[in-house]
Amino acid sequence: MTVGSIYAMIAVGFNIIYNVTEIINLAQGEFVVLGGLVMVFIRVTLSIPTILAFPLTLLIVFMVGVLFDRLAIRPIKQPSVMTLIIATIAASMILKGSAMFIWGKDPYDLPAFSGRTPINFLGAFIQPQALWIMGLLVVIVLALTLFFERNIMGKAMKACADNPDAAKLVGINVNHMILLSFALSAAIGAVAGIGMTPLALMEYDRGAMLAVKGFAAVILGGLGSFPGAILGGLVLGLIESLGAGYISSGYKDAFALIILLLLLFVKPSGLLGNATVAKLKKF
Amino acid sequence: MFRIGRRSRIFFVCALLIAPWIIQVIPTISHYLDVLVFAGIYTLITIGLSLLMGYAGQISLGHAAFFGIGAYISGILTVQYEWNPWFCMLVGVVVTVLVAFLIGTPALKLKGHYLAMATLAFGIVVFIFFNEEVAVTGGPDGMGGIPGLSIWGYSFDTELKYYYLVWGIVAAVFLFSVNLVHSRLGRALRAIHTSEIGANAMGVNVSVYKIQIFVYSAALASIAGSLYAHYINFISPGTFDLSFSVKLLIMIVIGGMYSIWGAILGAVLISFLSFEWLEMFKEYEILVFGLILLFVTIFLPDGIISLPKKLRGIMGKSKKPSGQKRD
Repeated sequence: MTVGSIYAMIAVGFNIIYNVTEIINLAQGEFVVLGGLVMVFIRVTLSIPTILAFPLTLLIVFMVGVLFDRLAIRPIKQPSVMTLIIATIAASMILKGSAMFIWGKDPYDLPAFSGRTPINFLGAFIQPQALWIMGLLVVIVLALTLFFERNIMGKAMKACADNPDAAKLVGINVNHMILLSFALSAAIGAVAGIGMTPLALMEYDRGAMLAVKGFAAVILGGLGSFPGAILGGLVLGLIESLGAGYISSGYKDAFALIILLLLLFVKPSGLLGNATVAKLKKF
Repeated sequence: MFRIGRRSRIFFVCALLIAPWIIQVIPTISHYLDVLVFAGIYTLITIGLSLLMGYAGQISLGHAAFFGIGAYISGILTVQYEWNPWFCMLVGVVVTVLVAFLIGTPALKLKGHYLAMATLAFGIVVFIFFNEEVAVTGGPDGMGGIPGLSIWGYSFDTELKYYYLVWGIVAAVFLFSVNLVHSRLGRALRAIHTSEIGANAMGVNVSVYKIQIFVYSAALASIAGSLYAHYINFISPGTFDLSFSVKLLIMIVIGGMYSIWGAILGAVLISFLSFEWLEMFKEYEILVFGLILLFVTIFLPDGIISLPKKLRGIMGKSKKPSGQKRD
């Protein structure tokens, strides 16, 4: 469940960018890494309490997301799928390289939000941090639902997702919305990173694997669907821990990928996705 | 597409033949020969990738896997079963072709991001396999003792001999690929790149051509893998990870993916950058490569190979008075 919640958060991040821009951001995992490492820096090195460090980290990674759009995505003159994929790969290399430059290659630990004494929950012992992660996922879901349903900015973003040209006609600044989508999904990635670091440590080169697994969750649930992303993430986390427990722990990482491949080959529209909608999308 | 005429082809061949002699004379750069051998091996892969990405417009982030399959089959069969290396290379190609066909058939139905992710996931799965099947592959420690290549008693045991072997194969593959580009298949691929639906409507069997070119590029990667294994005599999974697939991508993007010449230029350039000129950055080269890749994607989407043409365009414009608004 814990791992699944992390995947779900990454998957939501993928979907936000995809819905507005139809780009799959291959650097999504880098935001997670960055979230974890920035939090370590603020919380451990500067010893600022969690309650302050958390929003500060989100703000920093949010700004990284803004820069990401400004420097890597917007300058591309003839956006095609291939150039956009290459641009996000280039950006992920830059982020990864910078993370290595700043933090080195060692994994970092972060103190758990409320201690590491396991709690007895219905007979099973679980880490309090696991509860925090699930709680954060719920908060993200609620906040995003409110944002997209109630807030004018959120509605404008939804409009861009449906039809960018029409959105432009009614006076929505599509470029701002793209910027916002990158920043927002960077911040959500950061939440995932902050949440998982106390349980799984964090190092500079985790990004690619996290991104691929997050994408597997996206595909499992259907590209572009938020409930799908959550469900996909949770199911994927479950399959992975079952597979590691019953089949082979060495192949733990391979399960998610093989599921991703099978899904892509058999039913690319996902469990909750719609095949006709997928066909209408540009890319 | 950037056509380069017969004259530059002859020039290129001469340069290839003479280069080692010049390099060996100057002591400070005599180890460049080693770099050039690697560049040749990478060129084999990038030529195939250039056909796949530049001509057919299909992205692949998993070619490190085919490179690895070729290398491991050569390694395992020669070390554990002591088969003839050339035969092993052939077996490697056959196996890679089968794998590429099995993966490519469903994968190439996907488009854009889906295809990128599918090939990426495939690459990582193969990488995990190399790591985990310790009994067969030697696991993360790798496997050593892979013999060198020889033919009828003549062994390619020096850098110079291996250089000529590798670049000889590159030249053959290059000629074959150029002919391919100007054949029915090449025209079909370009049609697919421009518009799949359009190509389909004109009677081009899109999926068959896409799979053919995918399998061809995988087979080239496999040959390159075998050559690599026999050259450095030692392989470990780390060589065949995602970052190598990305490096291949960088090579053809920087060189220029719409031309086979670009693929060669990119492979040679990146080999020198990563083995020699960026040595001082060590692991941070990923940062430098990222910046270069982003810069090229934004400002030179057709790669360095298009630079002369672009410069000529700028010069040409400045000669004509800008007052004439003819276009």
